[in-house]
Amino acid sequence: MTVPPTDTSNPDYFHRVVDCQWACPAHTDVPEYIRLIALGQFSDAYVVNRESNVFPGILGRVCDRPCEPACRRGRVEDKPVAICRLKRVAADHKDDISSRLPVIPAQKNGRKVACIGAGPASLTVANDLLPLGYEVVVFEQWDKPGGLMRTNIPAFRLPETVLAEEIGYIEQMGAQIRYNSRIDSMRKLLETGGFDAVFVGSGAPKGKELKLPGRSEGGANIHIGINWLESVAFKHLDKIGEKVLIIGVGNTAMDCCRSSLRLGAKNVKVMARKPRQFFKASEWELEDAESENVEIVVNHSPKAFVVEHGRLSGLLFEQMEYDFDASGRITAERVTGETFIAADDVILAIGQENAFPWIESDLGIEFDKWHVPVVDVQTHQSTRPGVFFGGDAAFGPKNIIWAVEHGHQAAISIHNHCMGQAVTNRLPPTLNLSSRKMGLHEWSYKNDYNPVERRLVPHVSLVERFKKISIEVELGFDAEQTAKEVERCLNCDIQTVFEAKACIECDACIDICPTDCLTITRNGEEAELAQRLKAPRKHPHQPLFVSVPLKHTARVMVKDEDLCVHCGLCAERCPTAAWDMQKSKINLPHANDHQWPSPQQRKTA
Amino acid sequence: MSFINKPKVRHPDLPKNELGLTRRDYEGAMSTLCAGCGHDSVTSSITQAIWELSLRPEQLAKLSGIGCSSKTTAYFASGAHGFNGVHGRMPSIAAGANAANRNLHYIGVSGDGDSLSIGFGQFAHAIRRNVNMLYICENNGVYGLTKGQFSASADIGTRSKKGEENQQAPVDPCLAALSLGGTFIARSFSGDREQLVPLIKAGLMHRGFAMIDVISPCVTFNDHVGSTKSYEFTREHYHEAVHTDYIPPRQEITASYGEGEVLPVQMHDGSQLRLRKLDKDYDPNHRGKAFEYLRTKLRQGEHVTGLIFLSPGHDPDMHEMLQTTDVPLNQVPYEELHPGAAGLASILRRYA
Repeated sequence: MTVPPTDTSNPDYFHRVVDCQWACPAHTDVPEYIRLIALGQFSDAYVVNRESNVFPGILGRVCDRPCEPACRRGRVEDKPVAICRLKRVAADHKDDISSRLPVIPAQKNGRKVACIGAGPASLTVANDLLPLGYEVVVFEQWDKPGGLMRTNIPAFRLPETVLAEEIGYIEQMGAQIRYNSRIDSMRKLLETGGFDAVFVGSGAPKGKELKLPGRSEGGANIHIGINWLESVAFKHLDKIGEKVLIIGVGNTAMDCCRSSLRLGAKNVKVMARKPRQFFKASEWELEDAESENVEIVVNHSPKAFVVEHGRLSGLLFEQMEYDFDASGRITAERVTGETFIAADDVILAIGQENAFPWIESDLGIEFDKWHVPVVDVQTHQSTRPGVFFGGDAAFGPKNIIWAVEHGHQAAISIHNHCMGQAVTNRLPPTLNLSSRKMGLHEWSYKNDYNPVERRLVPHVSLVERFKKISIEVELGFDAEQTAKEVERCLNCDIQTVFEAKACIECDACIDICPTDCLTITRNGEEAELAQRLKAPRKHPHQPLFVSVPLKHTARVMVKDEDLCVHCGLCAERCPTAAWDMQKSKINLPHANDHQWPSPQQRKTA
Repeated sequence: MSFINKPKVRHPDLPKNELGLTRRDYEGAMSTLCAGCGHDSVTSSITQAIWELSLRPEQLAKLSGIGCSSKTTAYFASGAHGFNGVHGRMPSIAAGANAANRNLHYIGVSGDGDSLSIGFGQFAHAIRRNVNMLYICENNGVYGLTKGQFSASADIGTRSKKGEENQQAPVDPCLAALSLGGTFIARSFSGDREQLVPLIKAGLMHRGFAMIDVISPCVTFNDHVGSTKSYEFTREHYHEAVHTDYIPPRQEITASYGEGEVLPVQMHDGSQLRLRKLDKDYDPNHRGKAFEYLRTKLRQGEHVTGLIFLSPGHDPDMHEMLQTTDVPLNQVPYEELHPGAAGLASILRRYA
């Protein structure tokens, strides 16, 4: 069996080559906005971002950045492009973009949608539906919008002004946010609200509990991480003891330990049950915490809260030891001893869950045995038509960028539902290719590989930053750093497109390719063919392009997409233009691409 | 040519040779030849061969004359010695350099114009002298630098880009070398790296003059229908008579062949060539038969490739014939090199 020719007409093929965009849940067009930043067109870069991720300023600071581990630069060299930091550059340096927000029709379509919780998922639903003439009402339990973006991300990572600006755009577009309006009964909302659809974007607001001896006796100094962060965010709380222990090593734990330092703690330890490779926190959040002198202690499993004279005095831990198999999984664990660590306060940051005490059980909205709603992964519709879930409320805690994508997908479903279409009736993604050829050896993108290393973002000094909790620690790239960092992007969306019938098998492309991606060889079974590539196949999950048989020898052109630096030398060196550099533009339909006639119009037609 | 240089970035797992160098370390300057030129493929094969042989670049001397082909030497092994000579005069430069320092590996790269027209005399005499070098003739049948006139190797009946038909008989470098007493005569094709790379390695390790005629299509002036040296025509009329495997010294020979299929040849440096006869009646050790075979196939319009002739006996090279010193001249002490006034007078007396 030989490898069949690669079907590049499937939009997914070239989309996968743009690793960052493929990895981003909202599929942000990263190379395009980086090129715009390179040109100094910050507003344009911002608008490109906003189309897919809605909150570039927020995400440019606190995104979980799945794009960066995926970035090809990280495979070719060590470090990926600082995509997230560049996004912030666009957001920080743009001009007024309010005139470029989606146009809201004066004539409404008569449909009303309720969103529960003013977090990223609900706000994205509003962002997508308002331009279609919907009336969108967002119910928010607090007096300020943002959801977990506001309550769980400390101000020293995400300033209030950035939140206010980007949520402000959506309010400007006409979202009616009803503050201090906690929904206590879904039944009441469904029966008396008069809404055509309801979107639940209420997050995963319940922090996990640690039921150990002493929990209730020491309760006054034991805090649930997300609740504690919320109290800090709303300034209900402005101090903490000198010695603080954080239990858990996720990103919430990182926010808790760093916030503690700003509320007066002198000695903060993050306690982990397992070794570092099992930490859930992002590598950069760990680094930021450690740079502030937070100690992360591994292999300590909490055993009991120790209470003396009616007050918490510390925690008793079991010291753990683990055995691993070859792939690094834990095969056995042992307790090797016990140790007491003194603490004035303990913060539990061991996870969170979604909770829906306000959804009555007889409404047709089903929950599974873990009390998680039964939600379709594509349409986000619950088991009750017209009720949709997104963000952490749908499938448990993820992150902001996932919440945004859930919002986009739910908005399509809501639009379909309101227009009398099946919620599964969704447009497929499409892809356009257009040549970047300008002259014989000239391309309309900068194709020269720049070996410059990743720039480090400057931080406020360790003395200055603790003075106030609202001092943003990261300063963002300056002009010079930005100019260098943009050059690191490899323009993966400028695709190498091969026209087999033009190839004369002169080997010019094979010889010139700096990373030896190309091979002309006889076809064969994929595993065996992969053995015959010019350079070893380093990441087998990366796509392999195989052409149709070439006309002179019936061999095939094979390209391992993995390490292609998109320098275009194959196309420059090709005497017959069998290779061309073409920009791919991936179109992922949003709600406003689904243009249905309204049900009334259809009736009259 | 290109506007950007080939980036230095490389595949992180590129294999390394005995010296710890990758193939990329043997590259030279960026080629300014036309995109798709066969000569660039030859460059790549040379790069591959010297990397596989783990030659230190400074053990290598690159020599060339004038023409598209002669630019090749700039495009590999930047760290090697090099001399770009006058049109057609590369063989005498090579002979002189070789006389002065016999310890280097000499690669001369020439073309059909440089070797078979203006430099034909030099080419012939380097073969006669059996200068210890690898001589690659990048043969495309046209003068590419002067817009594609027929060269001396153009076949009768081949058409120029404008449609003109060539009527003059070609000079075939392999036939010429056979008749001049060449000891290692091969033909290959720029598009067949599996054949060309072992031939380059064998040629470099051959003691004496090793000539490889490489059909190397001119993509700009001689790659059209009607040309007998286009990529397409060469692939269609390609006849590999003998395939050569190069086995470096110390490497165990693992492949097994049926009796009579393989001719093992021991090289002076301990490496071995294994000649696989793809045409069973062919004898690459017989000069006369090789000559006849080549002529017959040429008349049939076939390009015979592979190691066409390898002299079976011991053929003295230039140094042996001239009984020169074993050490390079730059290592001979001054007192020995310089006869002194009295010594000179005694030498001169011999001719009095």
